Amino acid sequence: MSELIPVLSEEEITEIDAEIAHVPYRSAVAIDALKIVQAHRGWVSDESLQAIARHLHMSADELDGIATFYNLVFRRPVGERVILLCNSISCWIKGCENLQRQIGEQLGIGLGETTADNRYTLLPVTCLGACDKAPVLMVGDELHEDVDAAALRELFANSGGDA
Amino acid sequence: MSLDLPLTRNVRPDRSPTDFAAYEANGGYRGLRAVVGRLAPAECLQVIKDSNLRGRGGAGFPTGMKWSFVPMGDAAGPGHKYLICNADEMEPGTFKDRLLLECDPHQLIEGMICAAYTIQADVAYIFIRAEYHKATQLLRAAVASCYEKGYLGKNILGSGYCLDMQVHSSAGRYICGEETALISSLEGKRANPRAKPPFPQVSGLWGRPTIVNNVETLCNIHHILERGADWFKALGLTEDAGTKLYGVSGRVKNPGCWELPIGTPVRQIIEECAGGMEDGYTLRGFLPGGGSTDFLTPEHLDLAMDYGTIGKAGSRMGTGTMIILDDKTCPVGFVKNLMEFFARESCGFCTPCRDGLPWSAQVLDDIEAGRGRPEDMDTLARQVEFIGAIGNTHCALAPGAMEPLQSAMKYFREDFERHISGGACPFCNGGAH
Repeated sequence: MSELIPVLSEEEITEIDAEIAHVPYRSAVAIDALKIVQAHRGWVSDESLQAIARHLHMSADELDGIATFYNLVFRRPVGERVILLCNSISCWIKGCENLQRQIGEQLGIGLGETTADNRYTLLPVTCLGACDKAPVLMVGDELHEDVDAAALRELFANSGGDA
Repeated sequence: MSLDLPLTRNVRPDRSPTDFAAYEANGGYRGLRAVVGRLAPAECLQVIKDSNLRGRGGAGFPTGMKWSFVPMGDAAGPGHKYLICNADEMEPGTFKDRLLLECDPHQLIEGMICAAYTIQADVAYIFIRAEYHKATQLLRAAVASCYEKGYLGKNILGSGYCLDMQVHSSAGRYICGEETALISSLEGKRANPRAKPPFPQVSGLWGRPTIVNNVETLCNIHHILERGADWFKALGLTEDAGTKLYGVSGRVKNPGCWELPIGTPVRQIIEECAGGMEDGYTLRGFLPGGGSTDFLTPEHLDLAMDYGTIGKAGSRMGTGTMIILDDKTCPVGFVKNLMEFFARESCGFCTPCRDGLPWSAQVLDDIEAGRGRPEDMDTLARQVEFIGAIGNTHCALAPGAMEPLQSAMKYFREDFERHISGGACPFCNGGAH
């Protein structure tokens, strides 16, 4: 389990050091470093956090205060793909609660939960800036617009979930 | 006569991005060539001041005045000066900057180079939310093209002016859109807003002079510098200058985002651009410019969408992207959704926001769920009074959260009271259908 290794890989160090080159002090890249390690390991474990903190010459507690502030830094394991469900106002008007319900039925997960097969994690997200195409959600890096029941069925057709 | 719409002239119907070659072929980087090394920074600043451009991020502060507080020359002291583009679009119901970022990334970069030149910044950042993945990739490619062409880097176009530009992908949280919170985040910290003064113009990123401007604001800069303040002022229909990206979302036939002369009447935007209400739905109210603006009602449809007019009507033009409340959507559920958003997105630094917003959300949840008591209306009114007052909180997030609530209590009070007296939401299904 690479995410539990308490040292950074050479690749991670190279990427983090490239960021450090642009800033006046090492801890200024704290958020970038968290994102870099998360990109390699899927999430930021306690072990990863301590390794990053050592590399940035800062305390693990201070770094954890930063890590837990940002909703796109994951301090718990997530599935292979994260579903970001917009539940802000325009998507709410257009029925995002129905989408959440249907995702629950199809994948067997609620907000903050991961499917038993570890394929998907469902999280709420701030307004995704596509309100003219509401309701919307993202799966990984991909935005899906005007999502309805049929679109959800197709999107997760091969995922039975654990329901 | 077709309208002069500078910001969206490269936006294609299929929204495919305009690349470097297409951008230059359509007159792109002409403004840059006319400005960098040709005009003195002080001349540029004067043009922006004269143009009456106001910030398009929501607050509407005059851009030229904002820039005028940046120390110039020796007064700046040794070290960098920074220009930051706020591309952290997250205001509920706002989807205008995405259009500019995804369809015409070079326009933003040209605007930023001209803005940075005006304040003599030598480092520029584009602070963009992580979810704008496509825009981030396009911007990074566009920045790389500009370095290759000599529009960024050392000695731009032989002028002696140097500018480095970086695209910074963020890690979430609405509060990063507040300019001092954005600076904290760019420094690698929790995105807590900072006390002002000192203002970022004097002491911003890493303690150095810094300007933070919205995407749409910056996209205007080279057009104004190339074509002049009078041209820009003449674009507006009212006392405000330029064009504006307006949007409409909710139960309208054709939700979307359009560039129009600033001061276009609300009715024209909703009825002509957005095609009016969906069949079977009636307009009851609208938030003129995102989730932290006050409701207006059908009686306000003939108002001009500009800063002054919407302000006098008791709201704010904000981001210019309207959210429509229809007659089948519950106003209490609507405001509850917004309050839960703002409570979730509070940075937690100051008590009225950290503890007050969840309290308001709880009261609204009680009312929506049919557990409301008559005295809850007094509780909400007190919250509006105390949390909504500028100065009681560390930044504008919590007062902004109170704007839709206070105006909903004014215009839709009977809906609140029906929830309480009837012990249930009269709109069923929590208000959304």
